[in-house]
Amino acid sequence: MVFAPQLYSVALRMTRNPADAEDLLQETFLRGYRGFEGFTQGTNLRAWLFRILTNTFINSYRAKQRRPLERDLADVEDLYLYRRLGSLEELRASRSAEDQLFDMFTDDEVKQALEDLPEIFRLPILLADVEGFAYKEIAEILDIPIGTVMSRLHRGRKALHKALFDFAHARGLVGAADSSTATSTSTSSTTPTDRDDA
Amino acid sequence: MPDCDDTLRELQTFLDGELSDDAVGTMQAHLDGCPDCLQAFDFHAELRSVIAAKCHDALPPGLLARLEQCLQADIDGDGRIG
Repeated sequence: MVFAPQLYSVALRMTRNPADAEDLLQETFLRGYRGFEGFTQGTNLRAWLFRILTNTFINSYRAKQRRPLERDLADVEDLYLYRRLGSLEELRASRSAEDQLFDMFTDDEVKQALEDLPEIFRLPILLADVEGFAYKEIAEILDIPIGTVMSRLHRGRKALHKALFDFAHARGLVGAADSSTATSTSTSSTTPTDRDDA
Repeated sequence: MPDCDDTLRELQTFLDGELSDDAVGTMQAHLDGCPDCLQAFDFHAELRSVIAAKCHDALPPGLLARLEQCLQADIDGDGRIG
């Protein structure tokens, strides 16, 4: 059952519940098993399985998902999280920034922040940032142009970072976003953003 | 030589490993002389590894066995596995 742990974690982020994730994984392996003659030896088995997983999710599970609208995506400036956390005194202290960041967010918060992303942003981010696929592989898995992969990663990551900041703020770990930024954030978040270069 | 704005704009593409060798060299040269940009790069590299580390779930008990079972059975009776 090669790649089952990675496929299961991503299936869980896609479906957002364990029962559907297990069904999705089972369906993926069945389709993979039945379609194995369509797999070209020497090509990337992991990418091939993730493509089956993604197609199965889109075709079989997406319809019953509550889908946040793309225009609900938080739109903030570049480097939003870094501007607020990167300069914190605590992050400069003796421990490494990675340890600090690791303790700042719980596993559940990171999972929630990912799962709250609209699907068209969530899937590329899972494939890039969690699974480490290249743009070209993501483009093939999702069947979208590379430019679209890049723009969705760019916008999706900003929204993800904003959600992480909001969690840290809610737990009192960081102060509020400064007022000038809060103003520009609320303004930009009301701008329709359902345009995509696909 | 790229300035800080140019460098920061390419930050995620750099971390994605998707810049050309030439562009990586140019960026590296800027980072070597610019602690501010280097800090931003470090932060995002670390943030990414934290995110990846925190969203892996263990397989539920018995799931592997159930998967293996279904790949050995003709579930729908069509004469084929699955």
